[in-house]
Amino acid sequence: MSSSVESLVNKEYKYGFVTDIESDVAPKGLNEETIRLISAKKQEPDWLLEWRLKAFRGWQKMTEPHHWANVKYTPVDYQSISYYSAPRTQKPLGSLDEVDPKLLEAYTKLGIPLSEQKLLAGVVAVDAIFDSVSVGTTYKAKLAEQGIIFCSFGEAVREHPELVRKYLGSVVPLSDNFFAALNAAVFSDGSFVYIPQGVKCPMDLSTYFRINTAETGQFERTLIVADEGASVSYLEGCTAPKRDENQLHAAVVELVALEGATIKYSTVQNWYAGDAEGRGGIYNFVTKRGKAAANAKISWTQVETGSAITWKYPSVILQGDNSVGEFYSVAVVNGRQQADTGTKMIHMGKHTRSTIVSKGISAGQGQNSYRGLVKVLPKAEAARNYTQCDSMLIGNRCGAHTFPYIDVQNSSSSTEHEASTSKIGEDQIFYLKQRGLNTENAISMIVNGFCKEVFKELPMEFAVEAQKLLGISLEGSVG
Amino acid sequence: MDVLEIKDLRASAGGKEILKGIDLTVNAGEVHAVMGPNGSGKSTLAQVLAGHPAYEVTGGSVTYRGQNLLELEPEVRAQAGVFLAFQYPVEIPGITNAYFLRAAYNEIRKARGLEEVDSMDFLDRLEEKLKIVDWEPEIMSRAVNSGFSGGEKKRNEILQMAVLEPTLAILDETDSGLDIDALRIVAAGVNKLRRPDNAIIVVTHYQRLLNYIVPDFVHVLSNGRIVKSGGKELALELEARGYEWLEDAVGAAS
Repeated sequence: MSSSVESLVNKEYKYGFVTDIESDVAPKGLNEETIRLISAKKQEPDWLLEWRLKAFRGWQKMTEPHHWANVKYTPVDYQSISYYSAPRTQKPLGSLDEVDPKLLEAYTKLGIPLSEQKLLAGVVAVDAIFDSVSVGTTYKAKLAEQGIIFCSFGEAVREHPELVRKYLGSVVPLSDNFFAALNAAVFSDGSFVYIPQGVKCPMDLSTYFRINTAETGQFERTLIVADEGASVSYLEGCTAPKRDENQLHAAVVELVALEGATIKYSTVQNWYAGDAEGRGGIYNFVTKRGKAAANAKISWTQVETGSAITWKYPSVILQGDNSVGEFYSVAVVNGRQQADTGTKMIHMGKHTRSTIVSKGISAGQGQNSYRGLVKVLPKAEAARNYTQCDSMLIGNRCGAHTFPYIDVQNSSSSTEHEASTSKIGEDQIFYLKQRGLNTENAISMIVNGFCKEVFKELPMEFAVEAQKLLGISLEGSVG
Repeated sequence: MDVLEIKDLRASAGGKEILKGIDLTVNAGEVHAVMGPNGSGKSTLAQVLAGHPAYEVTGGSVTYRGQNLLELEPEVRAQAGVFLAFQYPVEIPGITNAYFLRAAYNEIRKARGLEEVDSMDFLDRLEEKLKIVDWEPEIMSRAVNSGFSGGEKKRNEILQMAVLEPTLAILDETDSGLDIDALRIVAAGVNKLRRPDNAIIVVTHYQRLLNYIVPDFVHVLSNGRIVKSGGKELALELEARGYEWLEDAVGAAS
């Protein structure tokens, strides 16, 4: 294929700016003092400090899992990272009016206006996380009328400790894995959502994560609880400035869907991916898991275009009978990006159903791996799984890998697995060019068609953003 | 007016010369048939005119409406009104025919400084175009060529031609793989699109298609050169006598 287009590969990362704002940054390094400092800064109750310390002590005995994932990177030096960074303010923020205008400007640049009057009424409520702390949650009052709690994690700990204490770590235990344990020890903020029994959340809830300060890690924690019969749609977006050194993002997301509840969680991840030589970029090591009670449904949809390394398996524990788990994923790697992503569907209850649709796109010298586990436990009578796993290659220097694990312990269940690999061919592109489309638009059209089954699961405005992002991530990728 | 003027065109693929000096002039309102045995260079000529990157032009010139066609990117040629009906149309899973056709139509409009049309206006416009290939609107919600039969794919090419209204349409073996009913529909579609201000080049191996799309001129390609040109009766002569007598005659002459 013509090499002239290759020069276009390195599209400038649009979100790579740094906001010049004074921050409170904890000294680098990780020990019990660091954890006590974070907990003190956040004025946390003792039980939470103890929980953190327990996680930290467990973490110290664990080793970083870089043997099984299909990614290669320089090990992280956990003592050279700062574990807390907060935009400097004199007092706790009471409302958006008190937010530093520079911060609001940063979010406006990112296309996330935080001032409520600028948001279309009733469309989406936003919680914005800047480095380690939440800078403002919109529409809080309106949601509160229906008993919905949507606030920063820190605020939830202060205002609703009984809920946090009940559900924190109930899906992802503090000792779950290396990065989850690290997060449990040092998490600084995140979002908390509680939807009361029978309430359908009237608008999409959204969190926007931004890493700003250099040499900081971001360790946010999201906890969403949908009580019996409740439902909510939650959106998550992420960006970071361009920096030469790698930055660590180790988040935990826990979803609790009680009987008959529905949680739909959508992510558009666009962390800085590093430059063409693989310098810089975010290490995105994230644990996301949901637990579905009887007749509950949890649906993960993710569009992953950023990060130098992605290590992420949004999963569902199908605990209750008739519960449903879904995973729809588009993962794109270009340049030197590496992704090892997929899902785990653990069928415990009877008549549980899961659907996995994974679309992996590899371009440049990117390496993309799908890793999935479908586990049907002995009591999961008549459980069903359908997995579809498609890979698309653009160019000759990238790779696509598939690691499906299927473990069935109940003979009345059924699992289906379909997989395909295709390559965007010169003939496909030429066909579209002959109809008047340029190379970029041609690739974008082919790729969007390939991802259609996933995009149709995204909320409208997110789907539009995802399509644009995909176009940008793949610009000039035919080489 | 000249739509296309090809002079001593030479092209190769993978280092092998396939076109060895083609001369051809096509005027507005004309239909030219380019015939020839397998391997004579017919499809290469079609692909080179559309700008396929697998072929390297090694000599000669192609002028399209006064412009040097060879220096234009394939999409710019398309925007300027050059259309190739592919012998093997590709499939684009997940993209509907309607979306694809509107995108192509709008790219061409944009390139000409015209406003893009929205999907409602476009659907209105499509209705009359669908009649040209005797199709129901349902076809527009299917993914482009995905799971289409051979006949449906060719019909889809002619539908695209109807929508994009090219000045120069090149039909590359549009008859291959068609049963007689599909052939009739496709040929009837092309005939409805013949206009005094456009030109059509029909590349075909068989005379059969030319019973339906009657050409003004017939050219026979052999070993990368046009070895004989004539009126529509030349096609009938080829049908009766095969290509060998011509190739033998050329061989004897050189």
